[in-house]
Amino acid sequence: MTWVTIGRLEDIPVRGARCVNTPEGRIAVFRTADNEVFAMEDSCPHKRGPLSQGIVHGKSVTCPLHNWVISLESGAAQGADSGQVRTISVRNDNGTLLLELTELRVAAE
Amino acid sequence: MSEKLVIIGNGMAPGRMLEELFEKAPGAYDVTIFNAEPRVNYDRIMLSPVLSGEKSYEDIVIHDDAWYAKNGVTLLKGARVTEIDRERRIVTAADGRTASYDKLVIATGSTPIIIPVPGHQLPGVLAYRDLDDVDRMLEIARGGGRAIVIGGGLLGLEAAYGLKRQGMEVTVIHLMPTIMERQLDPPAAYMLKKALGDRGIDIITKANTKAILGTDKVEGIELDDGRIIPGDMVVMAVGIRPNTTLAHAAGLEVNRGIVVNDGMQTSDPQIYALGECAEHRGVCYGLVAPLYESARALADRLAGGSAEYLGSVTNTKLKVTGINLFSAGDFAEAPDREEIVLRDASAGVYKRLVLKDNRIVGTVLYGDTADGSWFFDLMKKGSDVSAMRDTLIFGQSFQGGAPLDPMAAVAALPDDAEICGCNGVCKGKITSTISGKGLTTLDEVRAHTKASASCGNCTGLVEQLMKLTLGDRYNPAAVTPMCGCTDLGHDDVRRLILAKGLKTIPAVMQELEWKTSCGCAKCRPALNYYLVCDWPDEYADDYQSRFINERVHANIQKDGTYSVVPRMWGGVTSAAELRAIADVVDKFQVPMVKVTGGQRIDLLGIQKEDLPAVWADLGKAGFVSGQAYAKGLRTVKTCVGSEWCRFGTQDSTGLGIRLEKFMWGSWTPAKLKLAVSGCPRNCAEATCKDIGVICVDSGFEIHFAGAAGLEIKGTEVLGMVKTEDEALEHIVALTQMYREQGRYLERIYKWAKRVGLDEIRRQIMDDAEKRKGYFDRFVFSQKFAQVDPWSERVSGKDKHEFKPLVVTGFSEAAE
Ligand SMILES: Cc1cc2nc3c(=O)[nH]c(=O)nc-3n(C[C@H](O)[C@H](O)[C@H](O)COP(=O)(O)OP(=O)(O)OC[C@H]3O[C@@H](n4cnc5c(N)ncnc54)[C@H](O)[C@@H]3O)c2cc1C
Repeated sequence: MTWVTIGRLEDIPVRGARCVNTPEGRIAVFRTADNEVFAMEDSCPHKRGPLSQGIVHGKSVTCPLHNWVISLESGAAQGADSGQVRTISVRNDNGTLLLELTELRVAAE
Repeated sequence: MSEKLVIIGNGMAPGRMLEELFEKAPGAYDVTIFNAEPRVNYDRIMLSPVLSGEKSYEDIVIHDDAWYAKNGVTLLKGARVTEIDRERRIVTAADGRTASYDKLVIATGSTPIIIPVPGHQLPGVLAYRDLDDVDRMLEIARGGGRAIVIGGGLLGLEAAYGLKRQGMEVTVIHLMPTIMERQLDPPAAYMLKKALGDRGIDIITKANTKAILGTDKVEGIELDDGRIIPGDMVVMAVGIRPNTTLAHAAGLEVNRGIVVNDGMQTSDPQIYALGECAEHRGVCYGLVAPLYESARALADRLAGGSAEYLGSVTNTKLKVTGINLFSAGDFAEAPDREEIVLRDASAGVYKRLVLKDNRIVGTVLYGDTADGSWFFDLMKKGSDVSAMRDTLIFGQSFQGGAPLDPMAAVAALPDDAEICGCNGVCKGKITSTISGKGLTTLDEVRAHTKASASCGNCTGLVEQLMKLTLGDRYNPAAVTPMCGCTDLGHDDVRRLILAKGLKTIPAVMQELEWKTSCGCAKCRPALNYYLVCDWPDEYADDYQSRFINERVHANIQKDGTYSVVPRMWGGVTSAAELRAIADVVDKFQVPMVKVTGGQRIDLLGIQKEDLPAVWADLGKAGFVSGQAYAKGLRTVKTCVGSEWCRFGTQDSTGLGIRLEKFMWGSWTPAKLKLAVSGCPRNCAEATCKDIGVICVDSGFEIHFAGAAGLEIKGTEVLGMVKTEDEALEHIVALTQMYREQGRYLERIYKWAKRVGLDEIRRQIMDDAEKRKGYFDRFVFSQKFAQVDPWSERVSGKDKHEFKPLVVTGFSEAAE
């Protein structure tokens, strides 16, 4: 397990997202109204829309391209749509955010 | 090891068959599909709405690429099979790709018939069968002009309607005395012809085409009687022929179609035929519902079962918006037949039932088709109708003496009664899915069952089934809630925001008892707009509740890049501005520069990180945001008016610029586009805008409520005013009235239809006090709205939006 520091909780707007660029692609890191943090690949299973640009509500995000709703917890498309986004572990240590990036590297290989 | 299943043709029939097969016997086969069309399986019957512009190709895709991947299907796109080697069990495509099979399904559909009259090979002579045909028609239609459709059957009439909607002059040439003679009796055909005539479609019956005229492209046609009809396109919709070439060459038994038995097997037991290319018990079908029934049987066979397909009874509906038409069975007169007819000329209703031995054998319904599926069901089952003969024609709800509750009528339908003809969905499937999956809205039912998801003719029935299954939990008559987070509709929410003085999104959600903790992507942007509109000085705009375009002040594109449109007041620009734009294009290597319909220049393909720098450069040249992304004032389009034009009556350019400078920055329920034309020749196309002005010698005619998008609608006249100042005041007041009353995302024409044109004229034209009130409130809110969002961001606002949190390489990650 390799945890990489990516920034502070307050760097992300409440009910918003920021991106982390990696050699294997862009990761979206979300912050909910309850200050929970989630991370997943920044790519909607439908047409690869950038989920980080969507509206965050509850523990979901709505894709900006065609309004698919993705669960931040599981990465699964909600409602009648079906599809899966790869989620990435993220940790909040007293406001410092860390991402588990080896998962991504393994996934990409 | 799984067996190898190869399918030739990727149309609707094999698509449905595979769905059933994967449900019944997942993993039983390695499936390879050869498809001559270079694409996935789409809903061919919905090509007509694509042609008319009411739907897009994306809307009608049945199986997307992900579906094939998920089911492990190899789909070879653009691969036309040219040979079946039955001995070695190998098929070969024109491009050399091959596949060997254990079982083969031929599903090549049919080919449109092209009558070989002189000129039939000229460019501009088209068939109507697949998406490529539609694309070709749309390309020609873009140039306007005239279209000739040969054939007044279902396809021909749908093509005619679509081309008319695309702005062409359309003439239909039909050989027989009445149109759709296979489905309609003469009275219904007459009503249909009249209704199409009202839509501007010319129909010539008893007309035979002698030749298609033209030298290097279509210029018209000549009829047998010598008449010449000019045209830029000829669509041949005179019938189809089962596509049997391959089967024939492979030595299979072929009649009109490829002959199959009740197990859909051809004369070679390893080979099946399915869809329009097959002939079953002497019948070749040309509609989806029967093909889907046989697809079910074939899936069962391939899964090891022994289902038998016994043939189908078919019905037809015409997919022309606003025309309700249903036809099934045989309605020719004969001595042993009786008929029941109901006409209501004022309501435009005609119904005819043909009975034989007390059983329905034919049904034609025009105008009111609600009972179509009930009659069709009685007909399919061969039910004896003598007991209800007297009231039969009035429909199901009148049976049993007194009018029945329509709900009881739907309740009485058997589970296997077909509700959705397009997708072959029966009642039992709908009701069991509603209860099994806990569905409560029409959209959910559409998503899960596909019922009413294609042409929508059966929506009423589906809603009744929902009511039946859900009881009080479903009430279609109630106001539609804003979204799943509340039971309140938009109007109630707007009223309560003002009445209770609610000034933040959390306050609205708390006081109005929202069911979710922080709303959803539907209600949050709506609430944000209502609060911006109602409390311009007090409400702090919640950017996290805005769609991305309004949050970053640019338009997101399909690849995640953005487009940028600087404001050009009234569509006027200068050398300095153009130079600045050119420099930005060079510096940021903008891949595409395009002129928009609203007289602006659009820079496409800009990376999000570059946006602030692009704006900084544009800002130096004096540009502000063109707000091309906003639910707000977008553009004011103008013509050159009295300053240049020899016909111009007023300074339309000047008025347009003045309006734009006055109104820019204002948020509205949906986008707002204006235009000012300097004379009634209307070069600025003001009469299809949200608000338009036509200048005349005596003043300014103000128009509103036009539409030129999904719907096309000419404007309504608000009224005439004498001076430019008055024009501005009236337009601003109208805009504010719409801002205060419109539902989020409701365009001005829909709002106007809802509240009534007369009421709007009364308040804006006749009531000076009301008008002044609206005007003043608009002016007040502009104080807070007219801040250029681009320069704000160039100065550092919302920096986080445009930068990644961090950029990491794996090597450092491993440290
Ligand atoms: C404009 C239009 C409107 C219609 N409206 C209705 C309606 O309202 N209601 C209704 O019930 N029906 C309607 N129909 C008819 C309906 O679409 C067809 O009955 C149905 O699509 C036939 O399905 P299929 O799978 O047999 O063939 P198709 O859907 O035609 O598919 C056959 C496929 O096989 C491919 N193919 C052919 N030869 C080869 C080869 N050698 N190698 C590889 N691939 C090959 C073709 O390119 C095609 O993609 C409409 C049809 C059209 C064109």
